[in-house]
Amino acid sequence: MAEDAEETTHRPRPFWSGIVAFGLVSLPVSLFPANRGKSVRLSMVDQEGHTLRRRYYCDKQERTLEQDEIVRGYPVDEDRFVIIEDEELEALAPEKTREIDLQRFVPRHEVNPVFFERGYFLAPDTASTKAYRLLARSMEEEQRVGIATFVMREKEYIIAIMSEKGILRAETLRFHDEIRTPEYVGLPTAEEADEKLTRKITRAIKKHSSKTFDPALLEDHQARQLLDLVASKREDDTDIIEPAAEDEVADDNVVDLIQVLKERLEGKPTRKAG
Amino acid sequence: MAARAIWKGILSFEDIEVPVKLYSAVEDRNVRFRLLHGKDKEPVRQTLINPDSGKTVPYDQTRRAFEADDGARVLLSHDELDAIKPEKSRAIELLSFLPSGSIDHRWYDRPYYLGPDNKLQVYRAFTEALCNSDRQGLVRWVMRNKEYYGAIRMYENYPMLMSLRYQSEVVSVEELQAPRGKPLDKKELTMARQLIGMLESEFQPEDYQDEYRQRVLELIDRKKKGGRIGRAPRKERKRSDDVSAALEASLKGLKKE
Repeated sequence: MAEDAEETTHRPRPFWSGIVAFGLVSLPVSLFPANRGKSVRLSMVDQEGHTLRRRYYCDKQERTLEQDEIVRGYPVDEDRFVIIEDEELEALAPEKTREIDLQRFVPRHEVNPVFFERGYFLAPDTASTKAYRLLARSMEEEQRVGIATFVMREKEYIIAIMSEKGILRAETLRFHDEIRTPEYVGLPTAEEADEKLTRKITRAIKKHSSKTFDPALLEDHQARQLLDLVASKREDDTDIIEPAAEDEVADDNVVDLIQVLKERLEGKPTRKAG
Repeated sequence: MAARAIWKGILSFEDIEVPVKLYSAVEDRNVRFRLLHGKDKEPVRQTLINPDSGKTVPYDQTRRAFEADDGARVLLSHDELDAIKPEKSRAIELLSFLPSGSIDHRWYDRPYYLGPDNKLQVYRAFTEALCNSDRQGLVRWVMRNKEYYGAIRMYENYPMLMSLRYQSEVVSVEELQAPRGKPLDKKELTMARQLIGMLESEFQPEDYQDEYRQRVLELIDRKKKGGRIGRAPRKERKRSDDVSAALEASLKGLKKE
């Protein structure tokens, strides 16, 4: 909980670090998200442009709180909470918190994408990349993905680890009871569809088909419009705050996810987070 | 029993209109905690403060700042940002029907079911036509002030709308380079493949239970009743840095079972 407090560094940090166990071979790795998040980021400021910070606030004492004054409570009755400490959660499944134990290898295409939750890249935590390369190569040759359950940020996930071009990727999977069934949703039972109408729609589908998917179609129009707005305001020179000499932004402070991943895949030493 | 629809729209192409309702296909089962002030157990709320003055700033008095590469910051008001929000619409615009496997799962974000909105006939006909076509429909729509892309594909005989990530959000493997090093030992590679073979299995989603969630709920229950909290025993397994020896031992261990 405490580590979510504030971003003090612009360097993308791993979501999880631990051991991938393959039989008795252990592979220290970090999980980095395979998604970048929004391409255009905005910060919260006041009317004058001062950067604002998020703080927790206690209405009873009418003051903002520090991170270490916050506890986690589970509501049991009205206005009553059971307090749960971080250590208590950690102690619930210590081995699963530190380790992804690949006990099963399943055919690549057997996992329905409906279960996929989020994508990650696995980067080796050690200078030696031998075990990493060995697992990647053998999984790729066998066309299998490794499956395990593990705990990340106080939640258990099924994880599928797959190999692509020598790089280990992972997808966290939803548990089967996290996917609603069509019956639960209340979708109508399948019945014969009108033949004539079906034929008509089938023809229309054919007519509007193309062979290949071009990811360029998935353009974030809103980000583009935002950048256009920013550009026009700069041109008009309205609401612009020029950087003060002393708070010159050090360029190397902002590190792209790709750059971190590249370094880590080369087996460059880990930079301690935080 | 029925879930509530989160949105209604009309998928149209040619002169065909399929009115549909959108249902989340995901059930949130996370254990939800509240954050409290440790001293008085009062639920806290988030505020925004100016770190220099320590004063809290109400949300409606905030603006947004975009930082350009040269360090200059451009301030944006809520009104300006509202003005570039996509227009409200019920349209689900078809971009193209594509071969079933053509949109890789790394684009997938969240699954939704598509249910009929009154016109059951056309819904059923569309479902059957899509099912027989072995294709998926790439679509675009606006929901809650945001433009979405999605893939309409079959799941358990029903049309499912999988929302997709923007192109700029996905890191592709092509941008990265696999770790390099000394060529792998042939014997070790054979053993590793053997080990995978021995651990081969089918994927059965029902085999996996969220034990951790169960334990969290049990912990809450015990604490509620004032019980003592024991510590889970820690299992440590012997592991070795010698990959060859570890593989051999693993294979031996499995053969015995």
